[in-house]
Amino acid sequence: MSKLDSKIPEGNVEQKWTKYKSSVALVNPSNKRNLEIIVVGSGLAGASAAASLAELGYKVKVFCYQDSARRAHSIAAQGGINAAKNYQNDGDSIYRLFYDTVKGGDYRAREGNVYRLAEVSNSIIDQCVAQGVPLAREYGGMLSNRSFGGTQVQRTFYAAGQTGQQLLLGAYSALNRQIGLGTVDMFARHEMLEVVKIDDKARGIIARDLVTGKLERHFGHAVLLCTGGYGNVFYLSTNAMGCNATSVWKAHKKGAFFGNPCFTQIHPTCIPVSGDHQSKLTLMSESLRNDGRIWVPKKKDDIRKGNEIPEEERDYYLERRYPAFGNLVPRDVASRAAKERCDEGHGVGASRMAVFLDFKAAIDRFGKSQAKKLSIENPTAAQLKEFGKQVVEEKYGNLFTMYEQITGENPYEVPMRIYPAVHYTMGGLWVDYNLMTTVQGLYCLGEANFSDHGANRLGASALMQGLADGYFVIPYTIGAYLSKEIAVKPIPTTHEAFVAAENEAQAQIDKFFAIKGNKSVDHFHKRLGKIMWEKCGMARNEKGLKEAIVEIRELRAEFWKDLRVTGKPNEMNPELEKASRVADFLELGELMCMDALNRSESCGGHFRIESQTEEGEALRKDDEFAYVAAWEYKGDFTYEMHKEELKFETIKIAQRSYK
Amino acid sequence: MSHGNMNLTLKIWRQNSGKEKGQLVTYPVKDISPDMSFLEMFDVLNEQLVSKNESPIVFDHDCREGICGMCSMVINGRAHGPKTGITTCQLHMRSFKDGDTITVEPWRAQAFPVIKDLTVDRTSFERIQAKGGFVSVNTGTAQDANCLPIPKDDADSSFNAAACIGCGACVATCKNASAMLFVAAKVSQFALLPQGKIEATARVKNMVAQMDLEGFGSCTNTGACEIECPKGISLENIARMNREYLVANCKD
Repeated sequence: MSKLDSKIPEGNVEQKWTKYKSSVALVNPSNKRNLEIIVVGSGLAGASAAASLAELGYKVKVFCYQDSARRAHSIAAQGGINAAKNYQNDGDSIYRLFYDTVKGGDYRAREGNVYRLAEVSNSIIDQCVAQGVPLAREYGGMLSNRSFGGTQVQRTFYAAGQTGQQLLLGAYSALNRQIGLGTVDMFARHEMLEVVKIDDKARGIIARDLVTGKLERHFGHAVLLCTGGYGNVFYLSTNAMGCNATSVWKAHKKGAFFGNPCFTQIHPTCIPVSGDHQSKLTLMSESLRNDGRIWVPKKKDDIRKGNEIPEEERDYYLERRYPAFGNLVPRDVASRAAKERCDEGHGVGASRMAVFLDFKAAIDRFGKSQAKKLSIENPTAAQLKEFGKQVVEEKYGNLFTMYEQITGENPYEVPMRIYPAVHYTMGGLWVDYNLMTTVQGLYCLGEANFSDHGANRLGASALMQGLADGYFVIPYTIGAYLSKEIAVKPIPTTHEAFVAAENEAQAQIDKFFAIKGNKSVDHFHKRLGKIMWEKCGMARNEKGLKEAIVEIRELRAEFWKDLRVTGKPNEMNPELEKASRVADFLELGELMCMDALNRSESCGGHFRIESQTEEGEALRKDDEFAYVAAWEYKGDFTYEMHKEELKFETIKIAQRSYK
Repeated sequence: MSHGNMNLTLKIWRQNSGKEKGQLVTYPVKDISPDMSFLEMFDVLNEQLVSKNESPIVFDHDCREGICGMCSMVINGRAHGPKTGITTCQLHMRSFKDGDTITVEPWRAQAFPVIKDLTVDRTSFERIQAKGGFVSVNTGTAQDANCLPIPKDDADSSFNAAACIGCGACVATCKNASAMLFVAAKVSQFALLPQGKIEATARVKNMVAQMDLEGFGSCTNTGACEIECPKGISLENIARMNREYLVANCKD
């Protein structure tokens, strides 16, 4: 307990951030010029932080493993970004966004952090529009909104189905501006392999140049990890192929506590697995649930095609079980409901592990309203269908095209098949209100930290959090630390701590090549993914988790005995990159299972079979588990759990209901 | 369901580094499923190479859903393969027939030197962006977003230009290896919006100057770039940029 100080400011939740901002220590401009900051990762959190800090006058270095900062996986976010603008006059407010996020997270997030997130959400939209991000608009020229799961207002801003792309390109443009001005040094095709600590403070990193294979030492007065989530522990996920946990995991082993590692979000609307060759899963944006209806056949093992099943033989199970929210229940609820139906034998498609997402009703509805708009009396059925399709295309065209590309089926004509897939990790490095980890000077932003989403993230909140952390939180909070570091001169990278860290990174690389085993990296990664998906996936129980821990340990031992890494260390070598990432996943996976085992309640995305209501809904145990589990690495794969008690002073904690 | 029945012959460009010479190497692949993506077929091949202790083929890829712009293969002479409107990672094997021979090469342009095998260096694009691909607005200075109404058509056109993923297929396709479509997309995104007007003159001049400096070729209006662009970036953008460029130079 005593080890964790969340540093949440005193006072009413509405005043914490305002008071904090007016009292936090500042760094004067002439000192900022002498302070160097390392930013690892160039997604929404990393790019926005790097650009904003450079604008303030700090010297910034940015690292990413891709060939350009613009390719970070934030780019793939489809649906939108939440903000409490209340442009729709539908009763939204900062408080409601705060409340929905805490409730959506199943009361496992910090009130102080979430309120701040809701508070700065409006500034994000302003900033992005000023940068020239082309968000969707109405004919009057004002910004357009849509609704997302877990809310009853329209507060989601979007740019077709490419919101993440447009927001990232906005942050990337701000970053480019600073690169052009010489205030940011960009290191693309670089992967961070170690944190360098001097006198218990983070003072730099070791990075591998992925083109030459050379290890490099970089100094910084502070280090920001903005490297995204660790969903690829499961092998198959909606993450990009290169997404990895190496930076946070290496930081964890150097003293940064890991918060709630078992909190994983399984997204309900993804394209189902088509075979063993599958390398990744593709998400179909949650925004589709605005207009698509989810159903399965009432009959078990019904092999008819979707269109051949008459209306009365369909079970719109979300609308049936959750009449108030219907198809727009939060992600965890929708995912579990799909799994439940498939496990009961109602699944569709060749694998029987899918449910239908059907737009027929939407096409009919839109067709009629469009005909009215065009003043066409007695439109033909064909006209109505055509009009309806046009509206659906306008709203979701790129998603429909994507679906057809992957499956070879036309979703305007037949219902889509969808199934849940690993999408986001709410867990991550534990950070305090300043976004600092338990290592002094080491910060963690965006998906990589644990802080704002509790046990489940609501749709369109990831983009909001990434940009909030980068644009509007870290530029203030980093001053609290750096104001005390102004006397520290840049430490030469010949310092023994840099040498030692580089040697560690080199030793691991040498070890990979020394094994000379028989199995590829992917072989181990796929096996790890299978264990995690089956035993630490959508539903978890004590027996399965205990088995998983043993199996992962065995797999890890086998990995270090029988791995084959081809090629050489001093060249561009994707096999080596993968080996390094999977080695970390094999350790992190075990900790995720340990955390899931410890938390014998159900909450949000973490569903323990032992803890459910009579209707099969998740049953929280607030008396026992209203805390953040922050794991400390004690060496030799042992961990100690520390608890940060969660205090709900503003919101009355209640069992979540979307009925 | 995982095993397919397609057998193919692949001719793939192998080149150890930019300093060494490269060549096409033939690899047979068997039991390919039509539901596999093109890159998953490469995964299968690479697993085979690893099992034989040979070095796998290096190729850029990341999101595998057509948005990051990392993947970059010229397949049978066409950037991103035989279909239009998609990236390499969105191409599926159902676009090919059993027995086909498929030739795979990297983007070829002086400004995109090969790093290894099918991977090229596209940092020339980055340097162009850093010269003007932004609106100079510091964090925290923005007014309320709805204080600046923008006609929906303008916002939509700007979005269509901003949809560029920076993959470089336009350059790889152009017989002159011109980067006009890429640069024009960014110039247009801002030219269409009031936020972008203030710096319009400097933006177009600086970005075009950097483009020329990087060794990209000239545009001769063949329109090949538009056809191969996976995001359907329109040639209109090039016309718009030319207009912007002319206006900018008249102002001098």
